[in-house]
Amino acid sequence: MASPYDILIIGGGPGGYVAAIRAAQLGFKTALVEREHLGGICLNWGCIPTKALLRSAEIYHYLAHAKDYGLTIEGRIGFDPAAIVKRSRAVSGQLNSGVGFLLKKNKVDVIWGEAEIVKPGEVLVRPSKKSPMQPQAPVPKGVLGAGSYQAKNIIIATGARPRVLPGLEPDRRLVWTYFEAMVPEKFPKSLLVMGSGAIGIEFASFYRTMGAEVTVVEVLPQILPVEDAEIAAFARKQFEKQGIKFLTSAKVTKIEKQADGLVATAEEAGGPVQTLAAERMISAVGVVGNVENLGLEKLGLALERGLIKTDGFGRTNLAGLYAIGDVAGPPMLAHKAEHEGVICVEAIKGLGPHPLDKSMIPGCTYCNPQVASVGLTEAKAKEAGFQIRIGRFPFIGNGKAIALGEPDGLVKTIFDASSGKLLGAHMVGAEVTELIQGFVVAMNCETTEVELINSIFPHPTISETMHESVLDAYGRVIHM
Amino acid sequence: MPANILMPALSPTMEKGNLVRWLKKEGDKVRSGDVLAEIETDKATMEVEAVDEGILAKIVVPEGTANVPVNDVIGLIAEEGEEAGEVASPQPSVAAAPSAAPTEPEPRLERAPAPASAPSHNGEAGPRLFASPLARRIAKEAGLDLAGVTGSGPHGRIVERDVKTALARPSAPAPAEEARPTSAPMSQAPAGEPSARGDMIKSNFAPGSFDEIPHDSMRRTIARRLVEASQTIPHFYLSIDCRLDALLSLREAINSVAPKDKDGAPAYKISVNDFIIKALALALIRVPDANVTWTETAMLKHHSADVGVAVAIPGGLITPIVRGAESKTLSVISNEMKDLAARARARKLKPAEYQGGSASVSNLGMVGIKNFSAIINPPQASILAVGAAEQRAVVEKGALAVATLMSVTLSTDHRAIDGALGAELLAVFKSLIENPMGMLV
Repeated sequence: MASPYDILIIGGGPGGYVAAIRAAQLGFKTALVEREHLGGICLNWGCIPTKALLRSAEIYHYLAHAKDYGLTIEGRIGFDPAAIVKRSRAVSGQLNSGVGFLLKKNKVDVIWGEAEIVKPGEVLVRPSKKSPMQPQAPVPKGVLGAGSYQAKNIIIATGARPRVLPGLEPDRRLVWTYFEAMVPEKFPKSLLVMGSGAIGIEFASFYRTMGAEVTVVEVLPQILPVEDAEIAAFARKQFEKQGIKFLTSAKVTKIEKQADGLVATAEEAGGPVQTLAAERMISAVGVVGNVENLGLEKLGLALERGLIKTDGFGRTNLAGLYAIGDVAGPPMLAHKAEHEGVICVEAIKGLGPHPLDKSMIPGCTYCNPQVASVGLTEAKAKEAGFQIRIGRFPFIGNGKAIALGEPDGLVKTIFDASSGKLLGAHMVGAEVTELIQGFVVAMNCETTEVELINSIFPHPTISETMHESVLDAYGRVIHM
Repeated sequence: MPANILMPALSPTMEKGNLVRWLKKEGDKVRSGDVLAEIETDKATMEVEAVDEGILAKIVVPEGTANVPVNDVIGLIAEEGEEAGEVASPQPSVAAAPSAAPTEPEPRLERAPAPASAPSHNGEAGPRLFASPLARRIAKEAGLDLAGVTGSGPHGRIVERDVKTALARPSAPAPAEEARPTSAPMSQAPAGEPSARGDMIKSNFAPGSFDEIPHDSMRRTIARRLVEASQTIPHFYLSIDCRLDALLSLREAINSVAPKDKDGAPAYKISVNDFIIKALALALIRVPDANVTWTETAMLKHHSADVGVAVAIPGGLITPIVRGAESKTLSVISNEMKDLAARARARKLKPAEYQGGSASVSNLGMVGIKNFSAIINPPQASILAVGAAEQRAVVEKGALAVATLMSVTLSTDHRAIDGALGAELLAVFKSLIENPMGMLV
């Protein structure tokens, strides 16, 4: 029998494969078990393919507004849903095989199948019973098959899947999850979106740009519920200008399916019952952890609200068993999973990494306008008892934003009044998902307002709005 | 011979302070009266002005240094053309004044300097300290010397976490506050190191279920002074209701005739609180036995009524004092309070503006508090807790009527003021409030 692995990782998503590569770099004999697709949901059915779809929508939007920039286009601007989807799948396919290449290069064994932890140190892999979502990337060459595998350390990185609301179960035909929404045969003319988190809003934004009548139903009073209220309100106004309709503090209570469409009943808190007809509905009401069929109950692994309980190093209540990524708790973001994977492996190696600090995990939503944030919202900062200073700067005061024809945006920064610690930064507008990293670095370097104020931001860039927002927090704003 | 710049004492009791910032660089020309540096104590930031003319030859204590003892040399001013060598190696000293006869040997510091425990006080060569800007800022606010802190960040850099850990540790270097000006034995902390007790308290809560915000020096001062006050001062409390109808109409009449400047802003806008300050001051003068301070050996009977007013500011509170309020007009009191409150919020009050006083006013009426009792602010002997003015049903000549009433509670130091005396003070106060015209003459 072969010598045991040092580290075996269950799940090949961004958390799992990054942990595997880091483990291999540190000299561990490493294996990765995957049942469906390397790169996980993120790369195959999440972050990446949606960005490809949204890019098509963005370019379509520019073409439709070419006149604003002095350009003329002869003939009609149209789109081909099949070609848009095909491009999105090709992007995923390319990156999927890239992950396979990286694992091979780092000499990580990939085991194909579904894993069950028999006991700490032993994993049984069986052929997967799950029918893979199509179209699917081919199984990589040279993978190991079903069997019993030994490993000193086992990292659970099985991710999450869409939450299902009783009575509103997705049927792949009329009621979609993100899977079906990503590969439509045709674009619906009308769409109901349940949930206004990142997934719901991105699809709402995409389909609206592609011409659908879109209504978003959110159970909470605020859309983009994890974002700062002011930023969310700003974004909502922009979406509404584009024609997206919102029902907040509202619930879809029932749906009636028809041949090629559905009628939903929605109730706003304290408002009238409404009926909403749409060709399709997307259910984007959050995700639940993939904790089933892993043998966790038998092992006595501690769960909390359906997710595996871990410390800042991915350690569970059982020695030799670790968990990272979505299955180990929110925020359920690929970059958090990757970081957790690295910390977990480095802790096993004894490198003494610092535990995951959840206060500095940025979040991005790629709607139009984009939303990006890191740290505490104004409400959370106040709730935590901070005396705060707030700075704001609108894109309308920024030369580059005007030149780009993107004058709708806002940067909001929140400082601890006594220490000058940057508690949170919140942005809405063009390209902000690429800009938030500036604040993330600042927070990680523990800058105060002084270093941010003293830093020179290049002109003309949208990043100047970040500087101005900090200046505003200290009463020194220039262009306002 | 270069003249020493000494760490100034901002108050008679100050023993140490933080050197916040140098406003001149080495080599800068300095004229008498120029602001050289900023010094900070628990409640105030002050500027150090140059007494001599010349060149700032050397900065001995670098900016950002906490706990600099009063009278330590923080810098040297050389006359123009003076040789650099003469100023190369300064000695900490307590030269009585820069004008001390230059030929006399400078008197040595009485207490031996302890270079090992205070390496950063003399700014001499030492390894550069790597610390994040936030760590430096928090350490400075808490009066923590970073030299004693081990860094856990990349390449041993000191980060926020390290400073917070150091502040929570029993062996944490003494913050600036530890030199306590008052030394009542009862105010000694109960057994156990602060952070050991902190750990015990913390063990009641699940790790990660809270954030730990280290105390700044204001929070420490508030905690120390209020523990001292509530443990050493035998408090008793007297409550009374005051009818406000006459005062409110007088206030309206006074404010309505305030002259306006060219922008239409009135020259004054008297608040109810301004009346209360004035009334308490007059009451203290009319009941002089209550205008006192307790000391172990004697009673201090004050000549004027200096009334403190509690001002809530971000992160704490401070009690600036309206001096001689009995002889000031309402408009003077009102404008003075506005200025004091604004500077209190900016933490720019001078110690002389918040030290002393014989009584204070703490008003929570504006936030709807009906009545409460306050803790005396030492060295004062009483504090008046003021509740909200509200319409209540009262019985007048056997019939129900509506009146605007305000409940006040006087907390009194029983060592200095006995019950009947406190009641007399409060009765005079009530009579002034209810017959407010008496305050105008």
